[in-house]
Amino acid sequence: MEFGFSEDQTLLQQTVRDFLEKECTPDAVRSLWERETGRSPELWGKLSEIGLPALMVPEVYGGLGLDERDMVLVLEETGRFALAEPIVTTAVVAAPLLGRLIDTEHSAFAASWLERIASGDALVAVAPEGQPLIADAHVAYLLLLSHGDRLYAAEPDHVQLTAQPANDQSQRLFTVNWDSQKALCLASGNEGRSLQAELLDRGAFGCAAQLLGVTDRLIEMGALYASQRKQFGVAVGSFQAVKHRLANAKVDLEYGRSIIHRSAHSVSTNSPSRSVDVSMAKSFIGEAARFAAGESLQVHGAIGYTYEQDLHIWMKRAWSLDLAFGSGAWHRARIGDALTEGGLSAPHFGFEPRGL
Amino acid sequence: MDLTYTAEQQAFRAEARSWLEASVPKQPLASFDTPEGFEAHREWEKKLHAGGFAMVPWPTEYGGRGADLLEWLIFEEEYYRAGAPGRVNQNGIFLLGPTIMEYGTPEQKARFLPKMASSEEVWAQGWSEPNAGSDMAAIQTTAIRDGDDYVINGQKTWASRGAYAHWLFGLFRTDPESSRHKGLTFVLVPMNTPGITVRPIEKINGKKAFAEVFFDDARVPVANRLGDEGAGWSVAMATAGFERGLMLRSPARFQSTARRLVELYRATLAQGGFVDAGLRNRVTQCWIRAEAYALNTYQTVSRLLAGGKIGAEASLNKIFWSELDIEMHTVALALLESRGELLPSAPAAGDVGDWLEGYIFALAGPIYAGTNEIQRNIIAERILGLPRK
Repeated sequence: MEFGFSEDQTLLQQTVRDFLEKECTPDAVRSLWERETGRSPELWGKLSEIGLPALMVPEVYGGLGLDERDMVLVLEETGRFALAEPIVTTAVVAAPLLGRLIDTEHSAFAASWLERIASGDALVAVAPEGQPLIADAHVAYLLLLSHGDRLYAAEPDHVQLTAQPANDQSQRLFTVNWDSQKALCLASGNEGRSLQAELLDRGAFGCAAQLLGVTDRLIEMGALYASQRKQFGVAVGSFQAVKHRLANAKVDLEYGRSIIHRSAHSVSTNSPSRSVDVSMAKSFIGEAARFAAGESLQVHGAIGYTYEQDLHIWMKRAWSLDLAFGSGAWHRARIGDALTEGGLSAPHFGFEPRGL
Repeated sequence: MDLTYTAEQQAFRAEARSWLEASVPKQPLASFDTPEGFEAHREWEKKLHAGGFAMVPWPTEYGGRGADLLEWLIFEEEYYRAGAPGRVNQNGIFLLGPTIMEYGTPEQKARFLPKMASSEEVWAQGWSEPNAGSDMAAIQTTAIRDGDDYVINGQKTWASRGAYAHWLFGLFRTDPESSRHKGLTFVLVPMNTPGITVRPIEKINGKKAFAEVFFDDARVPVANRLGDEGAGWSVAMATAGFERGLMLRSPARFQSTARRLVELYRATLAQGGFVDAGLRNRVTQCWIRAEAYALNTYQTVSRLLAGGKIGAEASLNKIFWSELDIEMHTVALALLESRGELLPSAPAAGDVGDWLEGYIFALAGPIYAGTNEIQRNIIAERILGLPRK
């Protein structure tokens, strides 16, 4: 039992933080909003140089062979700097799912895409079952799509996209028309369902980890502004009413952090409690992020409500990530089912080891 | 990061479980805030001590079993699973004990810790005064050096367990010219010292949970000072760190309440009682938050075992568990509907359990151990860096 991170893991986090601080400034984020694709192949190239997309690809396919316990701190940093590139879908969802296909008839297909992801040569878009909107489909080299109990891989030539403009300018959402006859069926039946479930859990985990960084940034911006802005001759942050708003947001952030770190462990070990653990993470931090956005906005006052101030970059990230890969309400209902409808019984949760 | 238990930890859990199953009293003990309940709880503590489970993370020479904090968490999980009695000496074993471990002389450790572990000596807290509540640095009670003694004059209040405890620990002003955080000293005081008068205070349900303690030229040996003269504030902050940050409220307590809440929801549903999506959502939220608290504590313990310390983040904890506790009991009373109002002695009370008593107790949580408003100030100023003024 050791619930912490190694020196290597925190060093990796620091490396990514330093990199993004230089390469992913608020001005850079805004300038991408003006581009038609909203994406930066140059930035993706640099991210690939420091190994981000390759992080969880097995070494034999050119990756770093790390897992979610390493990735969770990296994802937090991508949230802190509001990175728009599809790191979650490519590195956290698609790569491990393709890895599951290595021992199947699709081995060669999976291996070649894993190599491309590791080298930075492939962005992948994914859609959970029943979800009509798919992010980053316009820049994807490969799309993982669901239909019934089947998981498919489709190439861009075989899909028809309709752009669906979103509130968060960093989000590029599409509806997709596609013909399953022209796509490759990767798995069906129980195996298909199992991969679909993993796809959803991985996406939700990735968003939750990013929300940690987003929430931290929202609180930090509020604290900084409240320390500088003066009214009645003093910094507004000296008033308890202001302090307590930010303190409340901080409490939720820190408890969310523990839940998300545990979900990283559950996903990486494919624990039987994986889905419930991910749902806890996603619902908890989604709510915490929205709360922090609201409190930070209130602390900023009118200036925070302007387009010019950078606060809305992170407010919009908080809102969009909260709704991606299952809203908080959806995830909470999934836990509620497990707890109260006899899906999984309560005494099997938590730190009491199963079966003792 | 490895969230699995070692074989040794599993074996320890199994040992604790079987000992507790065999030893926990079948009938709940009377409240330790009554004279007979206080003694019954001391008897239980003696049994725990004889079984080697009174204070698992303490060194064996002081009555512990030399285990680490992870084993303490495991023990706590088993303790609550077994429905074992509340810890009458929690002020001693969970708060003062670790502080003596850090600041005590070898003589003080040998003198106080073993009798604390066995609850031969039960401890009360002596922080607050009539004019020093949230503003603890306003302490006025003096302890003036006179030869080898301190002579104490003044008044403490809200002393938990003060009605029946044998000893009291607290902060006293040893330099009468000093103000605020300076000139305070941490002193251990026998309650049978001549010049001490105890007046129990009844809480809202009429039980004597705390007391006022009056000092009138009460003489206490200088040897009972913990840490240096005038350094009491920093010693007290270590105690407060343990109180808010880790030991006073172990996560198992809240996980156990959350499980009982889920069971109550299921039973209410099965019996056709009123439940709706709103109540279900609140039950689920409570359970998630109890898990979050447990996970956060495991992270804290991992950090401490790696050489870290408890700092201002203890304040996050105190807010989180105290507000969770109130919410869990509020939801339970809503599920019980009108039966939630019944005392256990009511003929129609049936299996309502101790939700009402727990609710009343939970309401004190945001007040004691430093009000949640003070904790929020600490978070804002010391963690988020907001200006004091």
